[in-house]
Amino acid sequence: MCLAIPGKIKSIRHEYDGQIKMAKISFGGILKDATLDMVPQAEVGDYVLVHVGVAISVVDEEEAKQVFKYLEEIGETDELTESDYVPGQVERGEIRNLLKDE
Amino acid sequence: MKYLSEYRDPDVAQQYLDEIHRSVTRPWTIMEVCGGQTHSLVRNGILNLLPKEVNMVHGPGCPVCVTSLSIIDKAIHLAERDNIILCSFGDMMRVPGSSRNLQEAKAAGADVRILYSPLEAVNLAAQNPDKEVVFFAVGFETTAPANALSVLHAKRRGVDNYSILSNHVLVPPAIKAVMDDPECRIQAFLAAGHVCTIMGTSEYHPLVEQYGIPMVVTGFEPLDLLQGILMVVKQLEAGEAKLENQYSRIVRPEGNEAAVNAIQEVFEITDLTWRGLAEIPESGLRVRNEYSKYDAMRKFGINLAPVQENPDCISGQIMKGLAKPHDCPNFGTKCKPEMPLGAPMVSSEGACAAYYHFQTVLEEIAA
Repeated sequence: MCLAIPGKIKSIRHEYDGQIKMAKISFGGILKDATLDMVPQAEVGDYVLVHVGVAISVVDEEEAKQVFKYLEEIGETDELTESDYVPGQVERGEIRNLLKDE
Repeated sequence: MKYLSEYRDPDVAQQYLDEIHRSVTRPWTIMEVCGGQTHSLVRNGILNLLPKEVNMVHGPGCPVCVTSLSIIDKAIHLAERDNIILCSFGDMMRVPGSSRNLQEAKAAGADVRILYSPLEAVNLAAQNPDKEVVFFAVGFETTAPANALSVLHAKRRGVDNYSILSNHVLVPPAIKAVMDDPECRIQAFLAAGHVCTIMGTSEYHPLVEQYGIPMVVTGFEPLDLLQGILMVVKQLEAGEAKLENQYSRIVRPEGNEAAVNAIQEVFEITDLTWRGLAEIPESGLRVRNEYSKYDAMRKFGINLAPVQENPDCISGQIMKGLAKPHDCPNFGTKCKPEMPLGAPMVSSEGACAAYYHFQTVLEEIAA
């Protein structure tokens, strides 16, 4: 649980009068919400290191892909799918639309 | 197990290894602080590839392992209240409390949920306005921004039924505690890359100076670890004690300012009891008074009698670098991942669980 996992920013949305910057991040096809509050410069298409739902650093694509491959091999990406949380209606709709884009 | 040929760049890995072998002239004891690094060192067979002079000992950098028994009991106590949904990371579910763990509490009817992120817990609170949602917030500096942000998001969103049971730990005071132990034999440290991604590297200069020990901020992949070990060995052999940064492709000296600001906004430094290591001064984070309504300890006023750690678990000796997991008489017999005596056997980042899962790798070392 201590490692940060690289993913690609698919979309960005500003919530609560711009006080919270959220993104949909693709981790090898698995879509998760993460906040960009800690990396305000990050844009759609950028790769970020994400730790438990918070992007902590922007990384280049090659670094991101190599790290992701390694984490997948050692089973450290399992935490992405290990959640009892069920997204609300709005979030589910967004995920479906994004999947269509891919 | 993995072999050198499977590393990101086998030729470079071999070069680092050759250079470590060439550089070493006498025995050195080096501690890697981070549990993710411990896991990687064991899993990738790096311990077998190093010269016998390089003795890697495994530090207290697994938040699951150092969360005290009494906090686990408090989490279970909260989970068993009617109106509370208790959430945490999956790793926390099987950590033994004094009578049961969170998974067993769940089986007995408590509402316990595994989440990927504390921000999901804030969403869960918004979805369940008639319940109280408590996130069991453990972690080192890497995780502190996420837990701090969950409180800030709850505040910004007006979600009042959200709080955290915080047991946040800090790396530099733990290094100090390990070094101040009279039996300490550690001569150098690999510092944790992702912790420094957040905090930067400035906190480590005073430790290098005070104890005269080399420290190298290191990543967690096999090549990172080999390079970090090489950098440490070169310093040790040259009689130097400097702070170096192997992981400079990610870690900037100033860290992530926005993340540090979020931590400081929500948390303040406090003394904290570490499982196996007793109380360490100024080694943890607690929720500031300004955010007390998001602090489960204050919100629910938990009063439980103090409890004793299981005396059969030697995790304190292991995390100080004074013993290895297989030095424990209960390792793999009375203590296994499916029935752990202490937390280092639970998490994949705990030294005992790493040794247990990769025993065949380690048997090659002994042979």
